[in-house]
Amino acid sequence: MLKPTLMAVAVAAALLAPGAASAVSDAEMKELREQVRQLKEQYEKRIESLERRLQQAEGAAQKAQGAAVKAEGVAATAADAATKAEAQALKAESAAVQANIRPASEAAFNPAVSVILNGVYANLSKDPGRFQITGFVPTLGEVSPGNRGFSLGESELTLAANVDHYFRGTLIASLQPDDRVGVEEANIQSLGLSNGFTLKVGRFLSSVGYQNEIHAHAWDFTDAPLANKVFLGNQLADDGLQIKRLAPTDTFFELGAEFGRGRAFPASNRDKNGAGASNLFARLGGDIGASTAWRVGLAHLSTTAQNRNYDDLDSTGTQVNNSFNGRSSLWALDGVLKWSPNGNSTSTNFKLQGEYFRRSENGNLTYDTAPASLGTQTGTLRSAQSGWYAQGVYQFMPMWRVGYRFDRLNSGTVKLGLVDSGALSAADFPILAGNDATRNTLMFDFSPSEFSRLRLQFARDRSRLGVTDNQVFLQYIVSLGAHGAHKF
Amino acid sequence: MNRATSKLSRLILPVAVSVSLTLLLAQAAFAQLKVLACEPEWGALTQELAGDKVSVSSVTTALQDPHHIEARPSLIARARNADLVVCTGSELEVGWLPLLLTQSGNTKIQPGNPGYLETSQFVSRLEIPKVLDRSLGDIHPAGNPHIHLNPRNIAKVAEVLRDRLMQIDSANADFYKSRTAAFLARWGESIRRWESQAAPLKGMTMVVYHRDLSYLNQWLGLRETGSLEPKPGIPATTAHLADLVARMQRDPAKIIVYSAYNNPQAAQFLSDRTKIPAVMLPYTVGGSDRAKDLFGLFDDTLARLLAVQK
Repeated sequence: MLKPTLMAVAVAAALLAPGAASAVSDAEMKELREQVRQLKEQYEKRIESLERRLQQAEGAAQKAQGAAVKAEGVAATAADAATKAEAQALKAESAAVQANIRPASEAAFNPAVSVILNGVYANLSKDPGRFQITGFVPTLGEVSPGNRGFSLGESELTLAANVDHYFRGTLIASLQPDDRVGVEEANIQSLGLSNGFTLKVGRFLSSVGYQNEIHAHAWDFTDAPLANKVFLGNQLADDGLQIKRLAPTDTFFELGAEFGRGRAFPASNRDKNGAGASNLFARLGGDIGASTAWRVGLAHLSTTAQNRNYDDLDSTGTQVNNSFNGRSSLWALDGVLKWSPNGNSTSTNFKLQGEYFRRSENGNLTYDTAPASLGTQTGTLRSAQSGWYAQGVYQFMPMWRVGYRFDRLNSGTVKLGLVDSGALSAADFPILAGNDATRNTLMFDFSPSEFSRLRLQFARDRSRLGVTDNQVFLQYIVSLGAHGAHKF
Repeated sequence: MNRATSKLSRLILPVAVSVSLTLLLAQAAFAQLKVLACEPEWGALTQELAGDKVSVSSVTTALQDPHHIEARPSLIARARNADLVVCTGSELEVGWLPLLLTQSGNTKIQPGNPGYLETSQFVSRLEIPKVLDRSLGDIHPAGNPHIHLNPRNIAKVAEVLRDRLMQIDSANADFYKSRTAAFLARWGESIRRWESQAAPLKGMTMVVYHRDLSYLNQWLGLRETGSLEPKPGIPATTAHLADLVARMQRDPAKIIVYSAYNNPQAAQFLSDRTKIPAVMLPYTVGGSDRAKDLFGLFDDTLARLLAVQK
């Protein structure tokens, strides 16, 4: 502290000296000199005391040195012990390394986080804005082939962890490219209720058919089969509960039931207590030798729809809103077979998958709900429609796969009371015109690692009556974060 | 009652009937303890310790890569009925075991319960990564999980497994105890024999396929000088193989080894160009004709390595 002060005084004195000299009187000069002398004295005293303390310390050090020489002897014997201790310390260290694998912090209990990123470049020969699957009631789901050109796919954020010893919680949020956030799945699942029971509550992908339960990023093609688009609105996830039981047999046999609000197609968000949708399913599976595994399933989804709306262009060319009230019953039969040499799928493997859906609907269809054209009218609706697809995907060498899918829909019969009575004509419901949509899809993909995939897909889509859309998709899908496990 | 609910109740009845039927069937077979091993080595060890008191099945065979298994329906059915699941852990089975456990509806085998055993928790693991980053390949945060190729690890696991069997099936506790003691005595003798047989192998250099032989190398003092996978879990690429060929021509390893479940092509490619012998090692029980049990596994592994050293 003093040193800088002294410096400051000196500097100030030097700076002031030339100009100030004449102004400073002798008495003042004397006073300054006295102050400097006092400072000097104070410093000398301090230095002396420091020197004394240094000498004392040196003495102590010499004594200590003597003690150290004696200690050296002791140390020699201690060295042996130290070597032994060192060996033990090494063991302890390796044990500590093992123990340190999981960090002991609050963050250790954070849920497993994983993110799926994907993007598509699409080349579509027909305007995707006018996409429809003629012959079937629009589902309001995301069934169109998406934008032309580059577009970001749906990004998925998954958080999952065990809640306690009874439940596991999972949240899968989907971040849509148009800046919306959706809840794809958010549910709790029991951790083994014993006796083969599992309970799931919340929002989950319905166990209706095979593909519906699989997340889009794990699909073998860029888009969903046409049948999934028209019967399940691309992918059905309801809010409700699911209970299933696995039989204690060597053959896989599972029975399950789901009850939900019916928030989405084929149900509709309705204002009623109780379950708006119920799904009952059974699955059977097993192995054929070491190389082949199979599973078949049957599901029945029963829903009631209340004011299930869709838009159509009627015979006058006006856009009208129509609405369905009634019951919808969907049967889904699915099968999957996977083959790999000796059950080792790393080099080559083959997957065959197919599903058949049959839906019947019975209720009333209201034409032009908000009178815009020929006025609101209500009549009966009875329909029986079906669709199926089959696909095979072959991994012919590590990292590389090729796949082919065939889609077919049968618009079947749609009987409208309003048309039969002559009140309106079939031309007022062009979207329900008879059309057996087909699509052929060819796919190649390359997976540099377990966590990334690049895909090229060609499709010849005849969903629209009399229109063929040639589609090319180039897609990337990557996953980062926690290592996920994929369903069979 | 509206039509929807009446239809529902019609459908609930058959479900209830089949559920109660399957429950009845469940009571039928409950004599032997059912053990599901994730890998054949743990199945073989359980068989050694428990003999006919258990019925053991293994999720994987020696010809399958334990990292990549489909959670097949048949496996879920087996997990459903298991009293004890013996797995390696350390994320070896992360891609499929969690599904088997959650889909099984079986409380006994959930992590934290006596029916769930992760063997790698009980040995010192090697190669615990200092940096966790997927750009380094499919690495295991808890260290190299292929612990069973050091027979001393097998001995450690045997003790833990014995305790677990005694806990789950206390009626046969004495049986497991004496049988394990007998096994450990034979195992200790074998270890001594293998160690003296393997003395000439010390310092032997090898190119491996995947880093699944690290514990064998540590035990016998073998040296891994390269791997056919450019990074763990990433299949061999031509660029990496070309680089390996050049390296091996400069500084040849003594042997190229791959496991029974690996595709031999890459090893053969390297062997053809460098004249270094490529040898298949059984890796686990069932990987070769001689590796019928754990003793055979080590006998055969050493014989195959010694054949090259001579």
